[in-house]
Amino acid sequence: MRPPDSGDLPDDGASSVRRRVRIHAAPLAHQATQPAANGRAVDAAPLVGPGGAIERRASTQGREAIFDVKDVSIFYGSSEAVSGINMQIHRNLVTAIIGPSGCGKTTFLRSLNRMNDSVPSFRIDGRILYHGHDIYGSEVDRVEVRRRIGMVFQRPNPFPKSIYDNIAWAPRNLKMKDGLDERVERALRSAALWDEVKDRLNQSALGLSGGQQQRLCIARAIAIEPDVLLLDEPASALDPVATASIEELMQTLKNRYTIVIVTHNMQQAARVAERTAFFSLDVSAGKRSGVLVEYDDTEVMFTQPADRRTSDYVTGRFG
Amino acid sequence: MMNDPVGRPQDVTDLPPEAGGSFERSLPGVQEPDSSGMSASDLPDLSGPLTPSGNLRRRQLVSRLFEAAQTASALLAVAVLGLVIYSVTARAASVLSLSFLTHDPPLVSGESGGGIAPAILGTIVIVALATVIAMPIGVLSALYLTEFASPWTARAFRLVLDLLNGLPTIVVGLFVFGLLVVGHHQSGFAASVALAIIMLPLIARATQETLLLVPAGMREAADALGVSRWRTVRGVVLPAARGGILTATVLSVARAAGETAPLIFLSSIYGNTISLNPFSGALPNIPVYIFTSSEAAEANGFARAWGAAFVLLAFILFANIVSRTLSRRSALSR
Repeated sequence: MRPPDSGDLPDDGASSVRRRVRIHAAPLAHQATQPAANGRAVDAAPLVGPGGAIERRASTQGREAIFDVKDVSIFYGSSEAVSGINMQIHRNLVTAIIGPSGCGKTTFLRSLNRMNDSVPSFRIDGRILYHGHDIYGSEVDRVEVRRRIGMVFQRPNPFPKSIYDNIAWAPRNLKMKDGLDERVERALRSAALWDEVKDRLNQSALGLSGGQQQRLCIARAIAIEPDVLLLDEPASALDPVATASIEELMQTLKNRYTIVIVTHNMQQAARVAERTAFFSLDVSAGKRSGVLVEYDDTEVMFTQPADRRTSDYVTGRFG
Repeated sequence: MMNDPVGRPQDVTDLPPEAGGSFERSLPGVQEPDSSGMSASDLPDLSGPLTPSGNLRRRQLVSRLFEAAQTASALLAVAVLGLVIYSVTARAASVLSLSFLTHDPPLVSGESGGGIAPAILGTIVIVALATVIAMPIGVLSALYLTEFASPWTARAFRLVLDLLNGLPTIVVGLFVFGLLVVGHHQSGFAASVALAIIMLPLIARATQETLLLVPAGMREAADALGVSRWRTVRGVVLPAARGGILTATVLSVARAAGETAPLIFLSSIYGNTISLNPFSGALPNIPVYIFTSSEAAEANGFARAWGAAFVLLAFILFANIVSRTLSRRSALSR
């Protein structure tokens, strides 16, 4: 199940503790992440400048680029799923990735926190810099990557445990046991779920409705206070009311977290995101791979896109 | 229909290859589009009344025949179990009582009365020890297969486990006999080892199937929380699969409890009284007790053999019901 490049990676198992802190220049390798007094467990590691990117929009002015994606292509076996992506993702903004089915949105999102590593034939070219550190660097541990870059999936996937244990499980395992009750409450409040579940924290999470389950998954992801939240079509399995509550939630979460959301719902992108990236399928030259067509402020993307394909998509002419 | 596949190749081989074999063969092929064209004109009037038309009546008859055959086969299978339970119960009725469960057998097997307490306790000790040996190994190897092994290794291991599962139990008995009994003596422990070998693939494969049922989304969710793989397995995967693992174990216990062949080699020379230490020597046990007392050509021995058979049967049925209940309660089936 290990990816082919995992040979030179530190194990993500128990050995992580022993091998902690070898390479001081690679902060994504294991570090003791103690919650700071202000509650931020993961403070930005020394950052690298945006690397000469053109800042032409107001929304990204003066904002640190958390991700700097440089010429990234992703392969499954010999087929290229995504090719030549260059983009920056900025702190405390909601960045939406939209595009038709099969254009590699989810593949790209999952490569931002190495969730694709478990796919046997997965391979990535180019570099994804996170606070200036290559996510796929040889000393980087993917468990540490995911500890800082959380993810919420398309289908709500609570553990078959109590509501409380769903939230508390990861903090317990990450040695964040002090004030666990407060941590659980804070996470549930942040996910706008506290009032609905506070009287039944010991009941199974599987008894919650779909929308509640998804907010529980968001609460679970933010309970370990990550730096970034990746949301993979978080509302696609939900009804409109639950969707609205998730979207509302994102507006408050972005004050603390950097959010990247994949959605095939353009209206959703327009409602929640400051920045929107449009992916499409490039079928030229006998290949079928996802490409980044256009990336700009959401308002610009939906009102005066530069690319014909973008305007065709956002006006509903295809997709 | 029968003639076609049999007759045609023969015709073709009879002919010399250049003497138009291919021409002969192509003839039926030419006719086929014709016949299908014919059937098109046989199509009923689609605006007619909705009563059976064409060969529908024949198809319905065939369907009913097969349905009846299937029902009869299913009933037969159930009837076999019913008959076994009935005949064992009827013949065991004369000896069944509380004292049958709590007393030693009589010193002379021809005497009436007495019980099978040593055999019951011995079987419990042997099977419990076998479970203690087989369960951790089975569960851990299933975890290795589903969570950590590469697909190739997993396939190879699965094959090995299936082969182990297919191993005749008498061969397992002989193997352990050579390993632990030759040069030493029979022992309950040797019997436990043999039963553990028999249980191991059952537990490992059934656990593996259960682990595969744990939704991939749950592992992903745990992975995405920056928790290491073993903690994910221990904290999320194993608890979710707990019901299935218990079910597998109980089923394999039921299977092992009735296993006779290895015990005849490994734990069949024992005294008449209760003995519980599996390392000190052979332990009395139910399967061997049934075997020896039914060999003894003694009416009272026969009766006690039936009684022991009833106890074993009741235990196995009970274990199966328990395992059903466990699997229904498991977190995954919710």
